[in-house]
Amino acid sequence: MPLTNEIIEQKLVEHFGDQLTDFEVPYGLLSFVAPKDLNLKVMQFLYDDPELKFRFLTDLTAVHYPDKKGAELAVVYHLHNLVDNIRLRFKVFTDIAQPDVFTATSLYSAANWMERESYDFFGVNFVGHPNLKRILNVDEMDYFPMRKEYPLEDQTRIDKDDEMFGRGGSIGI
Amino acid sequence: MSEQHHHVKLPEGSIEKTTTTLNMGPTHPATHGVFQNILELDGERIVSAEQTVGYIHRAFEKIAERRPLYQITPLTDRLNYCSSPINNMGWHLTCEKLLGVKTPKRVDYLRVIIMELARISDHLICNSIVGVDAGAYTGFLYVMQYRELIYEIYEEICGSRLTTNIGRIGGFERNFNNTAFTKLEKFLKEYPGVLKEFENLFMRNRIFMERTMGTGAISAERALNYGFTGPNLRATGVDYDVRVHQPYSSYEDFKFIIPVGSTGDNYDKWLVREQEMWESLSIIKQAYQKVQEFKGAEAEVYHADVPAYYLPEKKDVYTKMEALIWHFKIVMGEAEMPKGEVYHAVEGGNGELGFYLISDGGRAPFRLHFRRPCFIYYQAYPEITKDSMLSDAVITMSSMNLIAGEMDA
Repeated sequence: MPLTNEIIEQKLVEHFGDQLTDFEVPYGLLSFVAPKDLNLKVMQFLYDDPELKFRFLTDLTAVHYPDKKGAELAVVYHLHNLVDNIRLRFKVFTDIAQPDVFTATSLYSAANWMERESYDFFGVNFVGHPNLKRILNVDEMDYFPMRKEYPLEDQTRIDKDDEMFGRGGSIGI
Repeated sequence: MSEQHHHVKLPEGSIEKTTTTLNMGPTHPATHGVFQNILELDGERIVSAEQTVGYIHRAFEKIAERRPLYQITPLTDRLNYCSSPINNMGWHLTCEKLLGVKTPKRVDYLRVIIMELARISDHLICNSIVGVDAGAYTGFLYVMQYRELIYEIYEEICGSRLTTNIGRIGGFERNFNNTAFTKLEKFLKEYPGVLKEFENLFMRNRIFMERTMGTGAISAERALNYGFTGPNLRATGVDYDVRVHQPYSSYEDFKFIIPVGSTGDNYDKWLVREQEMWESLSIIKQAYQKVQEFKGAEAEVYHADVPAYYLPEKKDVYTKMEALIWHFKIVMGEAEMPKGEVYHAVEGGNGELGFYLISDGGRAPFRLHFRRPCFIYYQAYPEITKDSMLSDAVITMSSMNLIAGEMDA
């Protein structure tokens, strides 16, 4: 019998009970939310289970939801079962004041740089990561630029005397 | 003079050190892009390597959070700029998935033609650069004229060559003109001979084989653990290809094979890319044939009917009220965007190029993340170059096809 989203959901619920929430299938992709302390257990279960076989980490990234108080940062995992060719996505949420999430590097070598990137841009502290330092930004940076409190420059600003870019000065907008 | 010696502070233990530290990059002829490798060498043997990336980070993901959909397409150009049309179409396909747009078959086939041309130009660069790094410049120079021809075809369709910004949500900006098809025919006619000649230069070339066989090898298991995709993964023997596993743009209508290697070394990577070019050629032929089979009004279809997201033709914008309104709404980013979370992947030149788009219904994405294949597989570089010779590590770097634009986003 081919592996379907229903079977995966059923197996996860059997194993983790009601700890996993928000099961949805947007655009055909099974997704759910796990408590952050369980992220490794969920991944290990998905990896080890002889039927599930989710053994490929496609993507790992973070999202900042400033309106979710106490759960502002999300780490998003995209996993792929290459044998049955089925994907899933799950998120763990963490408080921005203490953004500690266990690292997936022991399970996937691929997680190393993806977690460094998520740390670099969102400040997620991956507990147990072998080399958690900035990767794309300069080491001296003292903030996490992808957080929503850092807006991009206002495109309509006129106080900037920068004629080379056609703004302000004698050229106008 | 002697006083100066007091000011030189050597790091602790540096006198006793038996290895040499060598910086390869950020600007070095062998890196073919801006990134750095700090190599620890024992003679010519590599003890360890540490990479630094991010020199050309341009904050695409942050910028995208303020841009309407169409203004994000030019950002995707600048990821893997050796095959920008694939990035553009991957992005448009992601938007179409979010918006629920269904494209006509002719559009799919035209897209397939362009994407496979882009794949050929991507692999052509990679494989010929491997040759350059092994000391054979001729092949590189010779095949450039066919990359040029591919660029001329892009030019007929979208007006630009390298950073193409090609296509629209739902299709293309205009129908392919006759010059585009004539050039495509010329390409289909002449390229097989050139590719064969290029192959003859390298494939059974003793020097090339000895330089590439057994170097830069990785096992399938490690490659999967490192998140390898694309030709680098297939060279290890895993037949994962997004075009087959999650077909998009009607790839299921075409007959082609996924070439695989066995050892994952530089020679296998080269062979896989080479064979993929032949497969791409065959796909283009099939697609072109399918395109020619459309008759009458169907043969004029080049976009889906989605007025809310497809930019209307310029002459309509000047003469029709409705077209003007849509044009304004689309350009200003006022077109409605549904809420949702989408992950869509295409088979880019380097592997699975993924777009993770979260929309909160605003004018710009709430969050957009690019899964850049070469950022992910470059992590494996220290592991696969350990204990190899410095000159082999150079070839390993070029045969992984590391594109700084894609790595740094």
